[in-house]
Amino acid sequence: MEWETVIGLEIHAQLATKSKIFSGAATAYGAEPNTQACAVDLGLPGTLPVLNKEAVRMAVKFGLAIHAQIDEFSVFARKNYFYPDLPKGYQISQYEKPIVGPGYIDIEVEEAGPIRIGITRAHLEEDAGKSLHEDFHGMSGIDLNRAGTPLLEIVSEPDMRSASQAVAYMKKIHSLVRYLGICDGNMQEGSFRCDANVSVRLKGEEKLGTRTELKNLNSFRFIERAINYEVERQIDLLESGGEVIQETRLYDADKDETRPMRSKEEANDYRYFPDPDLLPVQVSRELVDEVRETLPELPDARKKRFMEEFNLSAYDAGLLTADRELADYFEIAVNTANGESKLTANWINVELNASLNRENKTLSESPVSAEQLGELILRIKDNTISGKIAKQVFASLWEGKGSSADEIIEKEGLKQMSDSGELEKLVNEVLQANPAQVEQYRAGKTKVLGFFVGQIMKQTGGKANPGQVNQLLKSKLDQ
Amino acid sequence: MHNKTLIELSKSLHNREFSSVELTQHFLDRIRQYDQTLNSFITVTEEIALAQAKAADKKLASGKAGPLTGIPLAQKDIFCTKGVRTSCASLMLDNFISPYDATVVEKINDAGMVMLGKTNMDEFAMGSSNETSYYGAVKNPWNTDHVPGGSSGGSAAAVAARLTPVATGTDTGGSIRQPAALCGITGIKPTYGTVSRYGMIAFASSLDQGGPMARSAEDAALMLNLMTGFDERDSTSIEREKEDYTRSLDNSLKGLKVGLPKEYFSEDLNADIAGVIEGAIKEIEKLGATIKEISLPNTRLSIPAYYVIAPAECSSNLSRMDGVRFGYRCKDPKDLYDLYARSRGEAFGDEVTRRILIGTYALSAGYYDAYYLKAQKIRRLISNDFKNVFNEVDVIIGPTSPTVAFRLGEKSKDNDPVSMYLADIYTISVNLAGLPGMSIPVGQVEGLPVGLQLIGNYFQEAKLLNVAHQFQQVTDWHQKSPEGF
Repeated sequence: MEWETVIGLEIHAQLATKSKIFSGAATAYGAEPNTQACAVDLGLPGTLPVLNKEAVRMAVKFGLAIHAQIDEFSVFARKNYFYPDLPKGYQISQYEKPIVGPGYIDIEVEEAGPIRIGITRAHLEEDAGKSLHEDFHGMSGIDLNRAGTPLLEIVSEPDMRSASQAVAYMKKIHSLVRYLGICDGNMQEGSFRCDANVSVRLKGEEKLGTRTELKNLNSFRFIERAINYEVERQIDLLESGGEVIQETRLYDADKDETRPMRSKEEANDYRYFPDPDLLPVQVSRELVDEVRETLPELPDARKKRFMEEFNLSAYDAGLLTADRELADYFEIAVNTANGESKLTANWINVELNASLNRENKTLSESPVSAEQLGELILRIKDNTISGKIAKQVFASLWEGKGSSADEIIEKEGLKQMSDSGELEKLVNEVLQANPAQVEQYRAGKTKVLGFFVGQIMKQTGGKANPGQVNQLLKSKLDQ
Repeated sequence: MHNKTLIELSKSLHNREFSSVELTQHFLDRIRQYDQTLNSFITVTEEIALAQAKAADKKLASGKAGPLTGIPLAQKDIFCTKGVRTSCASLMLDNFISPYDATVVEKINDAGMVMLGKTNMDEFAMGSSNETSYYGAVKNPWNTDHVPGGSSGGSAAAVAARLTPVATGTDTGGSIRQPAALCGITGIKPTYGTVSRYGMIAFASSLDQGGPMARSAEDAALMLNLMTGFDERDSTSIEREKEDYTRSLDNSLKGLKVGLPKEYFSEDLNADIAGVIEGAIKEIEKLGATIKEISLPNTRLSIPAYYVIAPAECSSNLSRMDGVRFGYRCKDPKDLYDLYARSRGEAFGDEVTRRILIGTYALSAGYYDAYYLKAQKIRRLISNDFKNVFNEVDVIIGPTSPTVAFRLGEKSKDNDPVSMYLADIYTISVNLAGLPGMSIPVGQVEGLPVGLQLIGNYFQEAKLLNVAHQFQQVTDWHQKSPEGF
């Protein structure tokens, strides 16, 4: 039997507003418990929510970026359920009339090429607080700092057919919200997380299979693993004559498995109804136009431009534009390096990337700025230094041993030896010192050339221009 | 001292005939003397009152005082008052000391008024008799075997018995107007969105509205000047220019078109009350108004619609009372469910519990369309009824309540909530439509006051106050006070 996987994702992106969605309290992460929760966030009797306009602007921005309908009129609703970290006993969310209507994005996956993923809707809602079960013996602690943080819930159509497509979609949305500056995308801190609806059906079947909802997917790796596990579980179940139960399942990363949380029968009746404390949100045409003006160049467009303007491969352009900061970095570096795009792309994708990974740093924490890298590349290009020495210069820049490539080259005396007189002298000395190898070469063992090059590099500390050395050696040996 | 109106008190204070401290002490003494009988206060804030009075006297001496500086008042215990218990007459909030002031409280404090205490009410404002209070029923000062009405029964009784010159109230389905009528005082519920709801503990958010309970239309107008105004902390607060509600008190009623809804004079209305109301209508006619019968055909649907919408909203609004962060928590909860179930079960009274259950049911999947959505449609019909009528008339008048104050226990003892709910038959439509409404005393039946209700179009509070004030210039029902207080 051939099975087809059907996946839809619900992504929660925490909006990067300074204050909460319905109160003036700060949203910064990591403060002492309950120090960033005001009377409104605590749900004290008599308090009322007031909508943060910035959150609305951010939602509109997202809507425009996914080619969606922005509804002029949207409504906040109460989702009622009891939980200790939900202070009011209801979450203010949107139900029937979300702020962002249907839209789409295109993803690219190796196995299938470009695919269009439909986005059903995106709506604004408030986050809950956190329950802390570990630190209190026999009790639970409640931290309401996160309560009231604005979230944009982005609901996709069931358009994905594999875990890798789901990851590609998630990455694309992740890139998009960061480009738009509406979410910091920090998955460890929970700023960007998702639930996945997964079902399988026989290939060719139109009707969707019974789905399960996977919770707690807070890394790209976990999404892939959780979905793959779940697909296998469902197929095994169906092939052995069983039935998939509609339920919510929690992914356990340690055991790499999903296990049931609650079934449909146990599911809450959230008793949604329009929140009478909040007026319907009206998004004027003017606001939409105003927000449209502030839209940055988006990843797809930028990738295309990088390919055309800098003559980069789709692969390189894709890597560089997945992250707005990285793309900005590239543009500054490549402009400093007089448009030397391929070298710049390589240096960023290889050397810089490796150094960042090694030290677990983000791009914004890179000790080497885009200008510094651009200048370094200029020196490679004009033959002041070789690629090998450039790595040494890069390492020194990284360690803060100098403020520019030129300064380090000067200070550490790394300038390439291009004085042919001096080089020629060296070549002669090396040839004289190694008569046996000269014999071998002349007897046809031309591989020995490498030995001579190595000797010269050793003596010059790598500063000799390798091309020139090669040329000089050959001309002497072939005499 | 205690029979003076706000204007008279203001004059006396400004002329230094007596100080605010003396005035405040006088009312505190009266509360001590009479409130054991009436039970109209949950908390008397003597220390705060005297400190505020002292501060007011300083302001008065320095000439920096406003018109109401130094005048005492009572706050309904539904308004959050910083540092003072704000109980909503429930065991649930018996231990709740609010860390902040409601906007209304802030405005009143800023004006230099003196808070005598927090008045009794139906639990979470759910009731029409003040019998659902955790702190016991309030007695009607006109006859202490009778109820004062509700939910703002404590405020109404305290004003009627001259234990305070004025008080605040809130009105979700008649909770200012009905007790005002039953206690023979003047109360006004302004247009929805006029008085900030911030810090006013929510019962039904789309219906709740605060307002003053006073002894005359003029006093109510002065208080309304203080209590109203846009508040950015309340999204349903309406941003419009501040108005002076006293500006048209003295206007003539010549040419005023008054509508009498025939549905308000049906067989449900007690015949004696009907007679009193007809007398009041004649007075208004004499003042130059023309009277016309009108129809509000959907009036009978207002009670069922209200008893879906209000409980639905309250079931959600009261969810925050969960025993987790503040308020009552049961002893030794076994687990989370037990904590919720017992804290709420033990702390909420029967009427509150009933409404939470009704509301939860009405919002449940599969019932939402049949109840909540339908009720919202009826609400629209009721608003349209008023809209049509206000094309023809300036104000609508009729009875506030179908009966005078009933006996304590009369409607509550048989556990027959529907008969209690019917007490608000004439007031509820006004909340559903969001219109301003007021009640003034216009006579008595067997020694118990009868209230006349005036309903205006949106933002026509000044017009209502004008009609009420003109009526009070030629009658003295508002000056009568119950014997023995």
